Amino acid sequence: MRLLIIRRLLALLPTLIFTSIIVFASIRMIPGDVIDLMLAQNDISTGNDRAVIEAALGLDQPIYIQYFVWVVDVLSGDLGRSLWQNTPVTEQLALTLPITFELGFLALLVALSVAIPIGIYSAMRQDSMGDYITRSFSLLMLAVPSFWLATLVMVFPSVWWRWAPPLQYTPFLEDPVANLAHMSVPAILLGLSLSAVTMRMTRTMMLEVLRQDYIRTARAKGLKENIVIVRHALRNCLIPVVTLVGLQAPLLIGGAVILEQIFVIPGMGLMLLEAVFQRDYPVVTGVFLVVGVSILLINLVVDLTYSLLDPKVRS
Amino acid sequence: MMDPLLSISNLSVNFKTERGNVQALDGVSLEVNEGETLAIVGESGSGKSVTALSVLGLLGDSGGVSGGDIEFAGESLVNASDEHRREIRGNQIAMIFQEPMSSLNPVLTIGKQVAEPIWQHRNKSWKDAICEAGKLLELVSIPDAQERLGDYPHQFSGGMRQRVMIAMALACQPKLIIADEPTTALDVTVQAQILSLLKNLTTELNSSLVIITHDLGVVARYANRVAVMYGGRIVETASAAELYRNPQHPYTVGLMNSIPTLHGKPGARLNTIIGQPPDLSNLPSGCSFHPRCPFAKPQCMQSKPKLEEIFPNHFRACFGYEG
Ligand SMILES: Nc1ncnc2c1ncn2[C@@H]1O[C@H](COP(=O)(O)OP(=O)(O)O)[C@@H](O)[C@H]1O
Ligand SMILES: [Mg+2]
Repeated sequence: MRLLIIRRLLALLPTLIFTSIIVFASIRMIPGDVIDLMLAQNDISTGNDRAVIEAALGLDQPIYIQYFVWVVDVLSGDLGRSLWQNTPVTEQLALTLPITFELGFLALLVALSVAIPIGIYSAMRQDSMGDYITRSFSLLMLAVPSFWLATLVMVFPSVWWRWAPPLQYTPFLEDPVANLAHMSVPAILLGLSLSAVTMRMTRTMMLEVLRQDYIRTARAKGLKENIVIVRHALRNCLIPVVTLVGLQAPLLIGGAVILEQIFVIPGMGLMLLEAVFQRDYPVVTGVFLVVGVSILLINLVVDLTYSLLDPKVRS
Repeated sequence: MMDPLLSISNLSVNFKTERGNVQALDGVSLEVNEGETLAIVGESGSGKSVTALSVLGLLGDSGGVSGGDIEFAGESLVNASDEHRREIRGNQIAMIFQEPMSSLNPVLTIGKQVAEPIWQHRNKSWKDAICEAGKLLELVSIPDAQERLGDYPHQFSGGMRQRVMIAMALACQPKLIIADEPTTALDVTVQAQILSLLKNLTTELNSSLVIITHDLGVVARYANRVAVMYGGRIVETASAAELYRNPQHPYTVGLMNSIPTLHGKPGARLNTIIGQPPDLSNLPSGCSFHPRCPFAKPQCMQSKPKLEEIFPNHFRACFGYEG
């Protein structure tokens, strides 16, 4: 098991290097750079100032040198400082990352606790009314983007019932109830939209597993039907479902970032958006890097879960 | 005479399929006495597995008993509640399936799978049940049985897995064990070992055994009685010795001639029955064997022959072929 973890971590290295290059280059490809913005804001326009600021921010170096400087800094745990606020990026991330993580975690919780039971139910009552309803619902969730739903949730309840979801962020440790009241609406929206694919996958896999010979063997032993489902079918059915959850990690994080804008949650999403508008390179690359590493780590966890579920992978 | 342990009378089973209703069994009657070994023989598609599955009540959502009855130890299984049938399964009637490769759950340990019937029906703790599973694995001669309790199915060969299935079937010392082609998927070399093991262990328990096979050659050594199936019906039944000596149905004769023997002339062709097994969704009229029967008469195309006793305890369903 430990060997497996080490092997998987080593396998991440090339991916990490590749990710870092993309992360570093992408923000610099957006037209208009930070110096233009700074100059525009301060109403100074001599060519001289430009060179001074460039040198001060280290942007006068060739891009590959900038990259190496950045990589060396990152390896020593330094993501640089914001070009505008001059605060360390790591400090900002320490504030925003847990918030986004909380939102993502809640959404995943919603997604799995909706998708798996309903997927199983749908499979066991194949072609019943309930099956059709849940399948149509999941198709709808698949087709409707969560930001659009979020907009509806913001607008219609306030028009109809004069109620709007709370938009005041409270840290979890200060007041967990207020925090969850704020986070739950975006978490449910994001969770539902993620649950669509997982639900369909669970249903399909469950139908497949229930046809297997070993399920017939389990029934031939006189086991109760719920034991046949939970002990014999569910684990086999979850193996591919877990993989799917890993593949959804980017959607999860991307969705969280968007919903943060709508529900005014001060997570990485808000931080990223501001930084992109301001061409705040170190902040943007910092956020991207954290997102990239999180996705890789989620997939690592998925791989390990996979081997817990499937004895053939373990040995 | 004692009442039979299992008595199937006039059983009909239908499946709903996309191509319409399929009658898989048409008036099957069978008896299995206590301690007896019955072989059910027939080509694939003749309804052997369906017969076994209907005894266990495992026909699935698409299949159902449409007529007749199954009595086990004097009780009707067809009319029993689901809950009652579940209590009998794995406890008083156990089944061994054809495919050892896919019949064991790949994500559960062997120990747990063998212990499960004991856990379910004997109300034992997992610890005690797994301890008994260890003894059962020893009983079916799995080397290092105790150490292998924690292994998974993919770590066993086909023959070993079928031993595991036997251990699982014996777990609650059932009165009846149904083995559905238990060796068809195995190497010829291990087939005899597995069948002898199964036969010896059931004899020790004084349980009844039903061996389903498509190979009449297998039957001689293990069965007391034989029932031959064709197209969802029983066409001949007799004691094993009588059937070998004096087969009375042309289909049985055909099966008999297709057994390779050690005494046959080298290079001699095996006699096989000409033609294909019938399609149950589109059975021929009358006796469903008539298109392949060398002795078919006009009567055979019009009406179905009944199973009749033509010698003491020797039944066949045929109009007048004299063997
Ligand atoms: N689940 C099912 N759905 C529809 N038809 C079935 C099903 N199971 C069996 N049958 C029908 O019953 C026939 C006999 O099947 P089976 O008892 O498995 O034959 P065998 O003698 O080879 O064991 C098959 O040819 C098929 O037409
Ligand atoms: Mg069969």
